[in-house]
Amino acid sequence: MATKTKSKKTETVVLKDYESVIIFTPVLSDEQLKDAVAKYRKLITDEAGELVHEENWGLTKLAYPIQKKSTGFYHLYEFRSKPDFISKLELAFRRDERIMRYLSVSLDKHAVIYNQRKRNGEFNQGKKDQKQEGAK
Amino acid sequence: MKKKSNATTAMVFNTMPEAPQKKKFCRFKKNGIKYLDYKDGNFLLKFVNDQGKVLPRRLTGTSLKYQRKVAQAIKRARHIAVLPFTGDSLK
Repeated sequence: MATKTKSKKTETVVLKDYESVIIFTPVLSDEQLKDAVAKYRKLITDEAGELVHEENWGLTKLAYPIQKKSTGFYHLYEFRSKPDFISKLELAFRRDERIMRYLSVSLDKHAVIYNQRKRNGEFNQGKKDQKQEGAK
Repeated sequence: MKKKSNATTAMVFNTMPEAPQKKKFCRFKKNGIKYLDYKDGNFLLKFVNDQGKVLPRRLTGTSLKYQRKVAQAIKRARHIAVLPFTGDSLK
C-alpha cells in the first residue's frame, strides 16, 4: 500500500490550466496597484510554475457597485499549476483588502486555444462575423 | 362580427407563422464556436433579456450543450461585474 501511494505521488505532477480575474479597489494609487499585481505574479511564478499570460484592463466600470464602488482595476492571470495551488491563491486573495472580487476558473482545452488565438489577435474577424449573424 | 374575428385571426397569424418559417439553428454549432468567454460582456448580452435574465433556448435556438455553457458564462460574468444581476434597460 505504502509503495503504491508513493508511486502515485511521484507520477502525478500534472499541471492544469487556470485563469484568475481579480478586481482591485479603485482607491489604490498606480504604485500600490503595481505592488499588488507584482505580489501575485511572484506567488504564481514561485509556487505554481508557469505564468502563461497576464492582462491589465485598467480602471473599468462595474456593472453594479461592489463595496459601494462603481469602478475597479481588473487584472487577469493565466497560469498553469497543480490543482492544490488554487486554494492557497484564493486564501491570499481573501486576506487581501485591496481585492474586492476574484474569480478563478479552470480552463478546458477549447478555452486554452481560444485564449491563445485571442492573444494573437485572430478574433477581430471572427467577432465581426458573429455580430453580423446576430443582427440577422 | 366578421371584422372583429378577422382582426383577431390576423393578429395570431402575424405572430405565429413567422417564427416557424425561419428555421432556428444553434449559432455555436453552425459557426464552430467551442468556448464562450465570460469576459466578453457584449457577446453575452445576446443571450440575456433587457432585465438581465438568461433567455430560454426556445428563443435563441441554442443547442442544449451550448445553452449550459452560455448559462455558466453569464453567471461568471455576473460575478466579476461584467454583466449586471438585474437591470431595467440593458439594451
